Amino acid sequence: MRKVKEFIVEKLILICGLACIFFVVLIFLFLLKEGLAVFKIVSPLQFLSGKSWYPISEPPQLGILPLILGSLFVTVGAAIISIPIGVACAIYIAEVAPKKIKEILKAGIELLAAIPSVVLGFIGMVTLVPWVKSIFHLPTGLTALSGSIMLAFMAMPTIVSIAEDALYSVPKNYKEGALALGATEWQTIWRVLLPAASSGILAAVMLGIGRVIGETMAVMMITGNAAVIPSSILQPVRTLTATIAAEMGEAVVGGEHYFALFAIGIVLFVISFAINVSADLFLHRSK
Amino acid sequence: MAKIEVRNLDLWYGDFQALKEVNAVFAERRITAIIGPSGCGKSTMLRVFNRMNDLIEGVRTSGEVFIEQKNILSFETDLVDLRKKVGMVFQRPNPFPLSIYENIVFGQKIHEGSFNRAKLDEIVEASLKSVLLWDELKDKLRKSALSLSLEQKQRLCIARLIAVKPEILLMDEPCSTLDPQSSARIEELMRELKNNYTIIIVTHNMQQAARVSDDTGFMLLGELIEFGRTEDIFTKPKDKRTEDYITGRYG
Repeated sequence: MRKVKEFIVEKLILICGLACIFFVVLIFLFLLKEGLAVFKIVSPLQFLSGKSWYPISEPPQLGILPLILGSLFVTVGAAIISIPIGVACAIYIAEVAPKKIKEILKAGIELLAAIPSVVLGFIGMVTLVPWVKSIFHLPTGLTALSGSIMLAFMAMPTIVSIAEDALYSVPKNYKEGALALGATEWQTIWRVLLPAASSGILAAVMLGIGRVIGETMAVMMITGNAAVIPSSILQPVRTLTATIAAEMGEAVVGGEHYFALFAIGIVLFVISFAINVSADLFLHRSK
Repeated sequence: MAKIEVRNLDLWYGDFQALKEVNAVFAERRITAIIGPSGCGKSTMLRVFNRMNDLIEGVRTSGEVFIEQKNILSFETDLVDLRKKVGMVFQRPNPFPLSIYENIVFGQKIHEGSFNRAKLDEIVEASLKSVLLWDELKDKLRKSALSLSLEQKQRLCIARLIAVKPEILLMDEPCSTLDPQSSARIEELMRELKNNYTIIIVTHNMQQAARVSDDTGFMLLGELIEFGRTEDIFTKPKDKRTEDYITGRYG
């Protein structure tokens, strides 16, 4: 009787495990089936490097270069803001902060991670956007810069908590060794702890960036959504994700526009996948 | 000549008193061993001399420790200068996850703002030669220090220290992770190093203390019970407790 029970439980768990993989594969297949259809109309090269995105003109122009650049601008901007602050914050929490402040900061970071992106987008829209507009004397504050700043807040919790883990797991005797040689606190951090934790920190950065690229709601609300090739970070942009979210509702199912949006999904999938795999590689190397 | 003089040293971890009224004089260019059972405070004492105990929260000390007529326990002590002068070798070899070369020039790089390549090369060669690693490693200086054997790592850690030109070497059970042959070779190295350095070694291995040291201090429950020439401690201890320990009645 006991054996039968064990057997049933074992198989149930097995089925649950397989189901996860099964659904992921199904999603991926569906994405491919719907997305690849667009390449009957445009070549992959044209699709990726086409400079105009007018999906409902006649004939439709399906070039997603402006969208890729939009995503790139926002992501790079967010990375430039969030990486130094995030890594510095991780260093402070892991190495410098007294115990009490450490606890408070960690709770704060977790809280930041818990804010829904639509709320961040909303806050950005009513505070950051007017602020960017007046500081840079722009016709509109809905720019790539605003998106970058807001997304930096979303990447930071990921970067801080994983980088802090990486720093914390550096063996304590490295630190002792450096201090015993007469290194100052900062020399120890800069010359020993950071190099020792480098792969974990890289993974943290990758996962943070991964989060930024996939983010939709906040960018849709504050980047202005103009599908043109941006020439500066102070212009409105439209990201890959925002395009799908904004246009899927009005695309005719089975039409060219619809297929194109799915193809954008494939592009996003490939980017996220590459980022996650490289983050994974870094994490494994650090173990 | 006295290199380190300890006067009425008390040390507390919170409410726990780890060192009680310790008085001792450590002679220059000799090897002094501190022996005693686990938890007797011997490592704690060693860590007073380069103020590594400062890293632990809730440590209080009273008394004085003079190194070259300066009380290193005073507030004015510059820890960087102190640790340059008083180096430490740890129980587990702890080379940094950098190349062999970078490990050795680490001290030079942090203490000297500017440095030239030729000088660094010179330091690497001299330091590795003094720990008898040069011939083994001269062709793989760019390799990670983590790829070395335990004994090589420990030697490298000593070389890394020597490169900073300290005067005192503190060794906290430097052979406890090594096999007997490696231990013997490290002991040999210590004998050689004592021509230029004052060495204090903490060990739970009495035979090692007897083999390698000139002076020995025996500690028990935070007290320095007996301190004197090694041969005297091991052949005619004055205190009953010392005798009981070295004859293996406890510990």
